[in-house]
Amino acid sequence: MVGDLTSRHDAIVVGAGIVGAACAHALARDGLRVLLLDARYAAGGSTSAGMGHLVVMDDSSAQLALTRLSTELWRALARELPPAVEHEPCGTIWVASDESELDAVRAKHALCAREGIASEVLGPRELAMLEPQLRPGLAGGLLVPGDGVVYQPSATLWLIEQARESGATLREGVRVDRISDHAVHCGATVLRADVIVNAAGADAPRLTTALPIVPRKGHLAITDRHPGFVRHQLVELGYLASAHTMTTESVAFNVQPRATHQVLVGSSRELVGWDASLNRRILSRMLERAIAYMPALAALSVVRTWTGFRPATPDKLPLVGAWPETRGLWIAAGHEGLGITTSLGTARLIADLVAGREPPIDATPFAPTRAIAAATVH
Amino acid sequence: MSASNREFDADVAVIGAGPAGIAAATRAAEAGARVVIVDESPNVGGQIWRHRPGAAAPTGAIRWLARLERSGARVLAESTVFDLHRDDRDGFVVAFERAGAPGELRARALVLATGARERFLPFPGWTIPGVIGVGGAQALLKAGASVRGKTIVIAGSGPLLLPVAASLVHAGAHLALVAEQAPARRVASFAVGLWRRPAALRDAVRYRAGFLRVPYRLGEWVTEARGASVLTSVVMTDGRSSRAIPCDLLCVGFGLVPNTELPRHVGCSIADGVVRVDDRQATSVQGVFCAGEPTGIGGVDLALVEGEIAGLCAAEQGGAASSPLRARRARLRRLAAEMDRAFALRDELRRLPTAETIVCRCEDVAYGALYRDWSPRQAKLYARAGMGACQGRVCGPALEFLLGWDGDAVIRAPVTPTLLGAMCGREGDAPSVARVPSQPGNRNAPMRDE
Amino acid sequence: MADGPTAGIVMHVDGVAMHPGAGTSVAAAMLNAGTWGFRRSVRGEPRGPLCGMGICHECRVTIDGIAHRRACLVLVANGMRVETGGDGA
Repeated sequence: MVGDLTSRHDAIVVGAGIVGAACAHALARDGLRVLLLDARYAAGGSTSAGMGHLVVMDDSSAQLALTRLSTELWRALARELPPAVEHEPCGTIWVASDESELDAVRAKHALCAREGIASEVLGPRELAMLEPQLRPGLAGGLLVPGDGVVYQPSATLWLIEQARESGATLREGVRVDRISDHAVHCGATVLRADVIVNAAGADAPRLTTALPIVPRKGHLAITDRHPGFVRHQLVELGYLASAHTMTTESVAFNVQPRATHQVLVGSSRELVGWDASLNRRILSRMLERAIAYMPALAALSVVRTWTGFRPATPDKLPLVGAWPETRGLWIAAGHEGLGITTSLGTARLIADLVAGREPPIDATPFAPTRAIAAATVH
Repeated sequence: MSASNREFDADVAVIGAGPAGIAAATRAAEAGARVVIVDESPNVGGQIWRHRPGAAAPTGAIRWLARLERSGARVLAESTVFDLHRDDRDGFVVAFERAGAPGELRARALVLATGARERFLPFPGWTIPGVIGVGGAQALLKAGASVRGKTIVIAGSGPLLLPVAASLVHAGAHLALVAEQAPARRVASFAVGLWRRPAALRDAVRYRAGFLRVPYRLGEWVTEARGASVLTSVVMTDGRSSRAIPCDLLCVGFGLVPNTELPRHVGCSIADGVVRVDDRQATSVQGVFCAGEPTGIGGVDLALVEGEIAGLCAAEQGGAASSPLRARRARLRRLAAEMDRAFALRDELRRLPTAETIVCRCEDVAYGALYRDWSPRQAKLYARAGMGACQGRVCGPALEFLLGWDGDAVIRAPVTPTLLGAMCGREGDAPSVARVPSQPGNRNAPMRDE
Repeated sequence: MADGPTAGIVMHVDGVAMHPGAGTSVAAAMLNAGTWGFRRSVRGEPRGPLCGMGICHECRVTIDGIAHRRACLVLVANGMRVETGGDGA
């Protein structure tokens, strides 16, 4: 499998999830000969387990900058994306259940206005008109029309196809055991390149041990086809609290329409190592919370449930940039629940930093070196 | 719905009320165990003993059904099991949905008697309404469908073709042809071997007599179904020449596939596609027994024997009265193995689908969309094959036959699609299982007058 | 086979009244009334019952407002309202 890779590459990207695929695409477009490796197959890890949500998130100004850049990049790509990617510009509605949450909505709206992100405050009547399945008595919400949804396994394959058209090579079933200066080691084979990108998601610490990335497990359920049931991605404001705090477990209302007319129901977070088994209690809590916001969900038919691992960092920001401890190594990992969205922004940052260009947003908050600085003795 | 209708406690829970489940539940209850038997159909009987509630049961079933009733075992019909797991006391919890509400059955031991389904193979036109299974035809007939005056072709494989042919003729259909894909010499040599098994031979003769004037062709198979919104004709071939036969219904099925989803979900070890059981019908999971088709396709008589053994052992009466049962089981398993060999599927069936033929019906995935070097997991992810409502039960065996894919994916709840409300223990009362109101986006466009 | 009006069951399929016999499945009743297309596939093709035993999910219809009910597993009931043509692209 690796034996035939005798030609030199300018860049080797480890991990063919959506972040790795996007990086490979961006680097290939810059004229580098890129080799993209995955231990299993493209999109086989966290990528396929997620919700495919393209969302602007404002947990911090750095996160806002990265998600905003990324959603702009997705919107620019929209026309090129084939039907299989199922890109839906459905927007997000942040749902406020009471007055205090509505205050938070107004604050978000003001922030979006300052940052040039389109958004609209909805009162209870507008909310009910836009999403009739939401229970009565909610206070309102914030509509962010620029957000969307994609079928991310197909988006990943598409990015890889585009990368291939620019000369990149994908090799699946190739497990990287070790990264050293300008090299990756796959069993007895050593592959060398000026640029190595660790985009191995939740598995990234296996190769770069000081990366503070832990698997944060989530549950999802998808229904059968119910056209028109929900039109926008719906997220409760409490989602931010759930995503923000690294407590043991939490659930938050998060529901999404798919292009297939299936309804995707989330979300949950817990830290239980790599145990991928379905936790009935948490699944139940998650579904209960969803029904509390949308009672008619109870009558939909669930076809499948699954779990996945978000690569989570202590400060909720991904690690994107150079890793000085190993020559030629760049990190593009730790995106928690925003990997699909920020894959494009991340790729842009990596390509710019590798080329020595000024990136469109300040890359310092994402510098992997902050992890070295913050690391305590283990 | 009150709690007493939703929570049940038993010594032995039997899942599946076909012959194996009925025998298991009966013997366990007669041995003194508290037994609850669960099935998603409106009535007990499974497939081969299917009958409408209140109607007469098939002859072979009558005595067992009477015995089941006398035994005191409790029957939960119309109950769809969607989850099954251990509780915290070494017993099991069976989560089911019934009339829109969740229910829970706790038991010390389980007998999984989930039966089998048909193997469908894709060919051009197989998705046209009017193409149904062979077992499907039998099921629909027994559920009240009328075939009087309809022109029917049966094409496929296996012993099931015979009784269904006889039933359809008896129900007033005009049966144009019964085609078995297995070559004549194989079927003939199997038939000759039946002199050693008088009961099976008697059955075969009786069934054939039921459709005596209908051609029963060996070494013939269907290559295409034609029609727009409904079936109008089928194309049959013997490998040399083809002919079209106008018909209203095509009954097509290529043998049976064991329903191993629940056993796999609870962790039972599987070998060669069937649940591994020991002499007591015990699986690799402590407290879980399995009987009937999921341990190996073998028909109603074997299912009954295995059910009896499983029921007795689950009720911890395994030592009693099981030696003659064991001997009978051994004989019937040998017959099942012979049938398997006689009706093996020919290679030509792998070449029936074209690139445009749908292989995953739930998601409309065409054969050409599946690259051969994809693993089943990749196919699901990239092309969605197996991601739909049937959870791969139809396309799985087809793709296994066509591409050699083995279906050993992890089975998570819901093991069958079920209501979201039931999955989190919600009652079926008005506010929670709310009716989805019709709305402009609902897209229900009536199918009539195509 | 319908037992006739004396069985007393009236159900509506897409607004059209039917009088199936008691104990008939919804699928069988619809077939007897000449309805072979129950739903539309993802690509909009008509689909009807295949397996007859709740496995294939091709016979899904909306019954009394609940979508994706398998018609072959549900018995007809007086006053039942069935809608076809759901699902689809």
